[in-house]
Amino acid sequence: MSLRLTVSNISKNYNGKPVLRDCSFSFDSSGIYVLMGPNGSGKSTFLRICALLECPDTGEVNFSSGSNIVRKDMELRRRISLVLPKIGLFNTTVFKNVAYGLKIRKMKKQEIEERVNNALELVGLIHKKSHTALTLSSGETQRVGIARAIVIEPEVLFLDEPTASLDPHSTTIIEETISKIKEYNRLTIIMVTHNIFQAKRLAESVLFMYEGRIIDHGSKMDFFEKPRDERVYKFITGQMVY
Amino acid sequence: MDSIIEGFLKAFSLIYNLNQELLGIIFLSLKVSGIALIISSIIGVPAGTIIGLRKFPGRGFIITLLNTFMGLPPVVVGLFVYLLLSRSGPLGFMGLLYTPSAMVAAQSILAFPIVASLCHSAIVTVDPIIGQAAITLGATPYQKAITIIKEARYGILSGIIAGLGRVMAEVGAILIVGGNIAGYTRVMTTTIALETDKGNFELALALGIILLTLSLIINVVLHLFQKKGMISE
Repeated sequence: MSLRLTVSNISKNYNGKPVLRDCSFSFDSSGIYVLMGPNGSGKSTFLRICALLECPDTGEVNFSSGSNIVRKDMELRRRISLVLPKIGLFNTTVFKNVAYGLKIRKMKKQEIEERVNNALELVGLIHKKSHTALTLSSGETQRVGIARAIVIEPEVLFLDEPTASLDPHSTTIIEETISKIKEYNRLTIIMVTHNIFQAKRLAESVLFMYEGRIIDHGSKMDFFEKPRDERVYKFITGQMVY
Repeated sequence: MDSIIEGFLKAFSLIYNLNQELLGIIFLSLKVSGIALIISSIIGVPAGTIIGLRKFPGRGFIITLLNTFMGLPPVVVGLFVYLLLSRSGPLGFMGLLYTPSAMVAAQSILAFPIVASLCHSAIVTVDPIIGQAAITLGATPYQKAITIIKEARYGILSGIIAGLGRVMAEVGAILIVGGNIAGYTRVMTTTIALETDKGNFELALALGIILLTLSLIINVVLHLFQKKGMISE
């Protein structure tokens, strides 16, 4: 039974400044959810709280499996994965970077090898598995970051601007990888992006955040074709400066 | 000038012929410095790591203290250890004064702040994103700490090698607590000081050449580690 994420009334302040205000949403089914909104609207904070990297000041983040709420923090952490905008590869080989999540789960060497090879094959970097990770290009680094996150077969995958500052070629490879992951693994992907075209290509559902609130959400078709909120309309038509 | 050249020639001859007295002094130096480095690393690396990883009251004060003690005057340490180990001192009953053990104690005290402080610096300069990445991949707090230590490995090794450099070149403290007894507590640096005073330059020069060579090796290794560590920055 896959994990279902429900966020209830979460708020967060940084130095007294509200960043998230009473956000609630239920990610009911698997698929790709895209979080959009102008800079400073709270998307990354929302994602980091959902991925259990930060705690909200108020409100709750619940993961449930069937009708049971999963409460054990460590168990949950090991069933989800987050790819940060700055990947933070370890100063070792590409293979060892991708194997990290499996090693800390004390998996057998043979299984680790098999899964790492599959993940590297998926992101098109199998030929670089013996390279030092810190010598890779930005696009390759991002792909290793994604391979490192999916190799543990998470039930929910969080991606925070996975293609920020990448060239169109690298962006295409990352997008293809995300589509493949979704196709093969039937997991929930929650992704932050500023790129409207990317959202149109990848999203199944879109959430729009503005000044710390989720002000609109819906299927991709509804969101882009029939925006209900004037701010969403301005954003997707490029009138909102961000 | 002739006497200097003659001194160098005799020094090379001592090294080439593997003079027994020379070998004994080198062996004792390496033994005392090696043990002192192991002790200071066993205490200094975990201490530096904990200070680097944990936030606790008084942490800033401890860091300042460690940085200050990096420049501890060896003679002051020598005096301190002497007072502790002298017959009327609190540890006088152990009878360690004028023994290699007293020299190890003094050198360990000198190397500890260097190892701990440089180890702390290596830990805190690891990009915080490394720890976050470890958590997002399911690491426990312990596994996260191990990951950060692994990332800081070159910096930590640099700290240990810098500690070795300090103890190898030290003379003041071990002269006070070791007494420079021939064949027992006489090491390279104290022999150089003594033989220079006596005007016997050949043995002093031979030991000087060896000490410089060791120092060069230490610095080359240190440079290699720093270079390797720089890739991660």
